[in-house]
Amino acid sequence: MANERRLTCIVCPKGCDLVVEFDDTGAIKNISGYTCPRGKDYAIAECTAPVRTVTSTVRCEDGEVVAVKTAKPIPKEKIFEVMAAINKVVAPNTLKIGDVVIEKVAGTDADVVATANR
Amino acid sequence: MTELNNVRRADLVVIGGGPAGMAAAVAAYEKGLRDILILERDDNLGGILRQCIHNGFGLHRFGEELTGPEYAYRYEKQVKEYGIPYMLNTMVIDVDENKVVTAMNRECGIFTVEAKAVILAMGCRERPKGALNIAGTRPAGIYTAGTAQKFVNMKGLMPGREVVILGSGDIGLIMARRMTLEGAKVKAVCELMPYSGGLARNIEQCLNDFGIPLMLSHTVVEIHGKDRLTAVTIAKVDESRRPIPETFETIPCDTLLLSCGLIPENELTKASGIRLDRVTGGAVVDGERETEIPGIFACGNVLHVHDLVDYVSEEAVIAGEAAVKYIRGEKSHGMALNLVTDGKIRYTVPQKITSAEKTKVYFRVANVYRDVKIVVKEGERVILERKKQKVAPGEMETVLLSADMLAACDKNATISFSLEEVKK
Repeated sequence: MANERRLTCIVCPKGCDLVVEFDDTGAIKNISGYTCPRGKDYAIAECTAPVRTVTSTVRCEDGEVVAVKTAKPIPKEKIFEVMAAINKVVAPNTLKIGDVVIEKVAGTDADVVATANR
Repeated sequence: MTELNNVRRADLVVIGGGPAGMAAAVAAYEKGLRDILILERDDNLGGILRQCIHNGFGLHRFGEELTGPEYAYRYEKQVKEYGIPYMLNTMVIDVDENKVVTAMNRECGIFTVEAKAVILAMGCRERPKGALNIAGTRPAGIYTAGTAQKFVNMKGLMPGREVVILGSGDIGLIMARRMTLEGAKVKAVCELMPYSGGLARNIEQCLNDFGIPLMLSHTVVEIHGKDRLTAVTIAKVDESRRPIPETFETIPCDTLLLSCGLIPENELTKASGIRLDRVTGGAVVDGERETEIPGIFACGNVLHVHDLVDYVSEEAVIAGEAAVKYIRGEKSHGMALNLVTDGKIRYTVPQKITSAEKTKVYFRVANVYRDVKIVVKEGERVILERKKQKVAPGEMETVLLSADMLAACDKNATISFSLEEVKK
């Protein structure tokens, strides 16, 4: 039996069905089912070091909330650490799209930035 | 815009300042029209995108992945840079066949705008609990997924801690993840149908990532709790979607979210006498999104529910540009093609084509089908065939009919859209 893993690509709304085959050492032997280069990259990342973009909200000094995201994807296993950091922060009331709210969140190399305007 | 007591005039009135309305107004402006007025009932432009803080928007339109508020802001910025007039906190209460729009707000009271053309861009709303006929009590803790989304993302309030979600529409899937990230326990997503109505990527990244079970062919049969929801009883359903008593299972929870479909919000459209399509719930339109009342156009989720805002923007551009043509007396009606479907394809938008110009036809299928081809025919003559490995109700399909293809059709032809099996 070939050692393989089936994935649903999350890069775009097409949601391609991907099949990643591994050799006996666990290294990737073949990837199929993708319809664009980003799909192939996703399959490799998902089987080696899966990442996700986290989106959430931060509370401002006046109690209102503003939408934020990690400016780039972070390691999947850090999702809840990133959420904890986001939920601790109090942002200024003047937040604008693109403003950095947290630098290099939870030991990753991604900043948390505002995605909406106050 | 001239003011005369409470009667105003505008070349183009756009009803709704969400992604469809803004893109339509921007497109009309870019075609040279200046006398435009957007009427928006909320306190800001952007529509429902403002609360859709997750990412995945804009890959088609902008070639990059944006969150909802970022996508909306791209258009809001353009509306403002162009100086396109808009009124917020303004509720349109009537549109008549002469394109007189009646609206109200705090500052102006009730006023009318006499328009040369109108674009309907009111969006859609969620199917409410009342439409679902679930037995049991009526405690607090039951919300549509979109309402919960507004609470969490706009107000910073959590609707509950232990959640069951009924319906696997995209908003429900997105909220399953969102509630989980904020510390809630999402116990199950129940879907009546044997397949999900949401995008495959959302099942992967919103449910599978967090180990949330998707229970297909399951529904909620009873609600428990007096003041606050305490539990729901779920059941597996048979092929005719009837609950199977032996499978009843009661799940303790304090929150039930409903994600059971979206309905185009067409009260104004109906009142104006515009004919609606019974399948889409939106107006019957031609290739340029003109309704059967000349000069009234429709685009976005008010016309048919889209999966992607990118397609909403694309459609809004068609409507915006066509409205300018109409105002200038340049909109041609050279043909009257009628588009019909076979049932496997549930509907097409547009439903009619009135000019032999390149037309993208959007459609949805009734079920999950594999190894099929989409066949477009005039009588027995095949105009176009397109093979598909898989089609599903949750994913809108398109075919492009070229100007040549349309010009080759009889002016009053019926064009059929069907799905046929492909022999392997």
